[in-house]
Amino acid sequence: MNLLHELSRERARYLSRRWFLRDCSVGLGGLALASLMQDKARAALQAADPLAPRRPHFAPKAKSVIYLFMAGAPSQLELFDHKPSLRKYHGKPVPKDVLGGQTYAFIKPDSAIHAPDFAFARHGQSGQWMSEVLPHTATVADDIAVIRSMTTDAFNHAPGQVFMNTGSQQFGRPSMGSWVTYGLGSESRDLPGFVVLSSAGGLSGGVGNYGAGFLPTVYQGVPFRSGRDPVLYLSNPAGISTSAQRRTLDTIKELNEHRLGVMGDPEIATRINAFELAHRMQMSAPELVDLAREPKHVLDMYGAEPGKASFANNCLLARRLVERGVRFVQLFHEAWDHHSDVKGGVKGQAGVTDKACAALVKDLKARGLLDSTLVIWGGEFGRTPQVEASAELGRSLGRDHHPQAFTYWMAGGGVRPGLSLGETDDFGFNVVKDRVHVHDLHATIMHLLGFDHEKLTFRFQGRDYRLTDIHGEVVHKLLG
Amino acid sequence: MTRILRSLGLATLAGVLATAAPPAFERDVAPLLSTHCHACHGPKKQESGLRLDSREAALKGGDHGPALVPGKASESGLVLAIEGRHPEVAPMPHRRDPLARAEVATIRAWIDAGADWTASAQAGAPGKDGSKAAVHWAFQPVKQSAPPKVRGATHPIDRFVRERLGKEGLQASPEADRATLLRRLSLDLTGLPPTPEEVDAFVADKASGAYERQVERLMASPHYGERWARWWLDAARYADSNGFEKDRTRSIWPWRDWVIRSLNEDKPFDVFTVEQLAGDLLPGTTLDQRVATGFLRNSMVNMEGGVEPEKFRVEAMIDRVDCVSRTWLGVTLACAQCHNHKYDPFTMADYYGFYALLNQDDEPRIEIPSPEQAQRRAAVEAAARAVEDKVRASMKDPEARLEGWLRETAAAVGSWLPLNAHEWHSQPMKFEKQEDLAFLGGGDVHNFSVVSLWVDVTNTHVTGFKVEALNDANLPFNGPGIDGDGGFNLCEFTVEASPLSELGSPDAGSTSFKGTTNKVVFRSAIADAWPDGAHPTNAIDGVRNKDGWHSGFTKGRRNQERRIVFETDKPLGFPGGTRLLVSLWQKPDGSGRPNHLMGRFRVSMTSADGPLAVDPLSARQRALAQLPRDQRGDAAQRELFREMVLHDPAFAEAAREWDAAWKDWPGSDHSTLALSARPIPRTTRIFKRGDWTRPTTEIAGATPAILPRLPANAPANRLGLARWLVDPAHPLTSRVIVNRVWQAYFGSGLVTTPEDFGVRSDAPSHPALLDWLAREWVQPGAAAGRGSGKFAAAGEGVPWSLKRLHRLIVTSATYRQASRITPVLAEKDPQNRLLARGPRARVDAEMVQDMVLKASGLLSPKVGGPPVFPPLPDGVMSLAYGQIGWNVSPGDDRYRRAMYTFWKRTVPYPAMMAFDAPAAEQSCVRRNRSNTPLQALVTLNEPTMNNAARWLGWRTLQQGGPGAEARATFLFRQVLGRKPDPKETAALVRLAADLREDFGRRDKEALAFAFNDPQNPPPLPQGVSALDVAAWAGVARAVINLDEAITKE
Repeated sequence: MNLLHELSRERARYLSRRWFLRDCSVGLGGLALASLMQDKARAALQAADPLAPRRPHFAPKAKSVIYLFMAGAPSQLELFDHKPSLRKYHGKPVPKDVLGGQTYAFIKPDSAIHAPDFAFARHGQSGQWMSEVLPHTATVADDIAVIRSMTTDAFNHAPGQVFMNTGSQQFGRPSMGSWVTYGLGSESRDLPGFVVLSSAGGLSGGVGNYGAGFLPTVYQGVPFRSGRDPVLYLSNPAGISTSAQRRTLDTIKELNEHRLGVMGDPEIATRINAFELAHRMQMSAPELVDLAREPKHVLDMYGAEPGKASFANNCLLARRLVERGVRFVQLFHEAWDHHSDVKGGVKGQAGVTDKACAALVKDLKARGLLDSTLVIWGGEFGRTPQVEASAELGRSLGRDHHPQAFTYWMAGGGVRPGLSLGETDDFGFNVVKDRVHVHDLHATIMHLLGFDHEKLTFRFQGRDYRLTDIHGEVVHKLLG
Repeated sequence: MTRILRSLGLATLAGVLATAAPPAFERDVAPLLSTHCHACHGPKKQESGLRLDSREAALKGGDHGPALVPGKASESGLVLAIEGRHPEVAPMPHRRDPLARAEVATIRAWIDAGADWTASAQAGAPGKDGSKAAVHWAFQPVKQSAPPKVRGATHPIDRFVRERLGKEGLQASPEADRATLLRRLSLDLTGLPPTPEEVDAFVADKASGAYERQVERLMASPHYGERWARWWLDAARYADSNGFEKDRTRSIWPWRDWVIRSLNEDKPFDVFTVEQLAGDLLPGTTLDQRVATGFLRNSMVNMEGGVEPEKFRVEAMIDRVDCVSRTWLGVTLACAQCHNHKYDPFTMADYYGFYALLNQDDEPRIEIPSPEQAQRRAAVEAAARAVEDKVRASMKDPEARLEGWLRETAAAVGSWLPLNAHEWHSQPMKFEKQEDLAFLGGGDVHNFSVVSLWVDVTNTHVTGFKVEALNDANLPFNGPGIDGDGGFNLCEFTVEASPLSELGSPDAGSTSFKGTTNKVVFRSAIADAWPDGAHPTNAIDGVRNKDGWHSGFTKGRRNQERRIVFETDKPLGFPGGTRLLVSLWQKPDGSGRPNHLMGRFRVSMTSADGPLAVDPLSARQRALAQLPRDQRGDAAQRELFREMVLHDPAFAEAAREWDAAWKDWPGSDHSTLALSARPIPRTTRIFKRGDWTRPTTEIAGATPAILPRLPANAPANRLGLARWLVDPAHPLTSRVIVNRVWQAYFGSGLVTTPEDFGVRSDAPSHPALLDWLAREWVQPGAAAGRGSGKFAAAGEGVPWSLKRLHRLIVTSATYRQASRITPVLAEKDPQNRLLARGPRARVDAEMVQDMVLKASGLLSPKVGGPPVFPPLPDGVMSLAYGQIGWNVSPGDDRYRRAMYTFWKRTVPYPAMMAFDAPAAEQSCVRRNRSNTPLQALVTLNEPTMNNAARWLGWRTLQQGGPGAEARATFLFRQVLGRKPDPKETAALVRLAADLREDFGRRDKEALAFAFNDPQNPPPLPQGVSALDVAAWAGVARAVINLDEAITKE
């Protein structure tokens, strides 16, 4: 697929048509030729818009994505991967044949196994295992598919996050949200196609996690913020009233149209349009982020508090964004790097996120949006069964980074609800059944969105790049 | 409606003009075969006996006959099979999606045209001898081409361009009007718009050569170097932070300033290249040439907790191969890191041979003293030498005195054995054991460090331990510390000993002590030197997080090797062997000496009888001392003599004088990152599938086989590589650079893929012009063309002169054409690849800010210096883990050119990212050029933009003359150079009136918009009210938001 090639050709065709209309019709200045546009020209223009909605390779299950990225790497052993056997091995080293050659960021491989302290139980009809710190997620156990057999290649945060979000440990590749927006465009008229929300700490991989890489910049994730300016530079400068702003934009438009007539460069038309879009964003974004408009029971369900920056608010905001046609919403919650006191840390962060995650699933379901919205929960890797302790670093009863096995869950968008996929060994160390590699996860997500992951490509430096690099198998068991 | 017209900036991504040329095998056909066929009909599998990876095999065919009948697509088995019409064969590809119609058509057209199967794409073909595969145009020597004769065209560029236009039936556009032309030229040569006065002067200059005089004026501007440095910085992936999680601040802006200076001086590109890649290896290298080597150091560095330093050193090397091959060669060598290149003739051996050329270096951080500091340093050195000379003069036989002292001290020190640790662990840094049994730190450098070594010894009479703090070129200012100024602070040194016999089976490999542990007690600690308050016994006082033995000497003596010796209370060692746990504690709580951590150290032990002595000489100096006098050299001799003066109590008075002299040593305010060759080069091995943990065959430094070889007498290192790149006969460098310069002027290159000149690249639009330019640039006058010589101008006649290249391009009529897009051009050549009009494009991110600041009058003209911090909205920095305090720069530094804005890789400056500035994660030789609503928000609302609007409005009221029309004209020209037409003037006059009325309804808001500090508005000129100020600031805001304001027309 050489979409952009095609687009530029369509655009050239449109231009000549446009010129015909401009120069040959009577008194049709600037943009006033809408009514004269024939359907064909309209279609050509749709095609020329890089954010126009596009159809994927086959009928998609999911139309939009909300990715709850749990940065820092939550401990699967405290949350989802129930390993009663660890009790038995508590205090003993992991056997050498299990360890393989694994080295760690901080601990020594022969550090003792540490059994989690939380009680686990089965939930829902599906009987999903979850720990006691996820009482709310437990209530949607039958709506989500839990993958306990995730595995990755990276075990430092920045490369791990960038790998999870771009399919490569090297910086500079397009992020998943960019790929999806590139492939599908956006349903939103006045919001970006790919929106990024952040809570807790700053992100290890930074902008590399939501950048467009070599894809056109228009597919880059746009951070939304709490406070006065939900989008950077959204507000008028102090002293500029709505009427002054409109008056100013009118003059800008008038003069740009005038120049378009002189120079004939379609980029001027694009800019005129960009200003109109910016204005629409100015009008609509404040309403969008104003959570006070939500009824109290909805706010309570999420634990959201209007005006406050929080993960719960971001979950609710994500729903509002998807409702308005935004294609890909990614929440980054960097808070799970529990090298010390994994028990207290996980309990604390579960307290911050559990309720809102469950509320999001329920809310989407209640509104009939869950079928078309894929919700993804997970971080960049897992945490060791071994304990991390270090007097020097002031750490005790923590867990180190663990690439071999960790847990993800997904809901909606064509995922089989209530599914429990994959198993780890007795030590929670290695995956022993239904291994899902990061590339496989990506392939599956693309599949749910209607793409053959091998065919959604972009030519750069003579090579056709894709999200899954040269790997990835769709995990058919996950499909509903 | 707007929805329908929305089409966001695809210009740069658009494809080429449709051509009717037959498909090129490598570019068009080979990828199809590779994707759809080779899995079953390739080197690994030959279903039905068929291979499709060479022409011979395809002609021969398999069980169902030949796959190819050249010239006859419809009879070729391959076509029948992929069209599903083969009588014997199932539709191909088997059980997979059929090829797209366009793909089938490509294969058909290729077979009909003769099925040419170029050698370079044949199975396993990347010809080792470099002869077979050199068929792709870009790997062939630059051709000698004479500009064609075309009526009405004299400039060689125009002759090439017009010839093609003639063939396509297109006319060149007329020359742009002078106001537009000067603005275009000023933006291209300096990145800044002209003032209205400059425009007027040019318009008024009726003498011949008026344009050429503008060209020379602009190229002589110091801002020329800034504009073209930014162009180079993209390829160099320059940033002010390390990237990755911690993303700490780095100081490498002196390199950026070196680029600006070099371009302003018009340093020829071959010299420019050699100095950046290998300035340190040039004979008689200067500080400036070492600064130049920062180019390669622009790689990202991962200092995340727990990383393996070697893993990320390898990543940086991979980045450097990618950067050099992209910047100079325009090829995607990176593809061959894990496997032989799929399309281009590069093998893994090519890749790692290239890698080896870059893999032999240390990575120093060097001081950049100011000229004044350098002078004071010289004075200090002279004074210290004078002290030494005075002592020497006082002796009858100084040489004999020195020899005696060397012998005595050697005897007193006794013999020491370095500990060969079998295991080690450290927090939070990671250490790697070196060949000399020292440990070198890396990774996460924090404000403390604890290192533990485990070592088994058989000695039963250990009387002492020694820690040497060692220099290393990879440490800042040579170490021994790993951060800050290269100092260290050893808070505590501890040893525990345990009999091996109690540890159980030795291969338990455990580092823990299961049996008796014995905390070793020390009776004394002595060192070769220590500053006041840092006595060596601090390191055995039982306190691990306070005080310590440190290197806090005067600045000049800080970065030297030091030694400390610990004497045990009683000899230790168990019969049957002893396991030692040796720990170095550097956790200086509250000592005010953060990051003073030893970056390289070695621990030794001795059995000598006490009291133990510490060697006044470092190991390196001791080795020198052991050489016979005549092999030492004078510098070494002088160094040893100095150590005697400093350590022998007989010269205590002189030592004090010497110390006093050094107290005046000035630090240096600035430092930068550079390269230096390792004394012993690293061995490079091919990594299996590109994985650094799987090194295989050793490989020597070499250039890719398809390209010219390194000359036999050239060193296989960075210097050899650099000279090879700028060999006049190199097929790629000149073409690639000329193409990128062309791209900067015209929006896209003659080759639209500047990052890839390989077989899958787009063919050049004007191949002969590209080659002519490349030759003319490298060998002026060698290419047939004009010999102007009319101007005594910079770079004239100089090979590789960039200013000459710029002059060549901007003096062409092609460059000077009007950029209006006529309906005919919109239809026939919307991307302007045929160049029938001048370039028209939105300017680069930096220029957006610079143009607005310049037009407003706020821009600081200061060139170079440390990065600056313009306003950044609250909360932006917190998006990344490694956030830094962003203190907005005071004064004029708030209004510097955008290229000086602090570039933080994980949080790139958002107002520039919106305009497609590269994030500097990797080398970038082509920017996106998008056109988005977020850009509109920046120019409408970003604080710097609004300050500029305010200032411009204010200036308009002060200088624009009386009356709204005069003011509108004044303001418009500041931004756009040209005069407004009546319609434009009228629109602005109306806007001013309407805004004044709008503000009039809300006086307070008018104040808020009109002045930076509404509480203290400045005194207003006569007849001007705050409403006028607000209204004209509003008009200025509108004008800087016009498309034309950020567009080169």
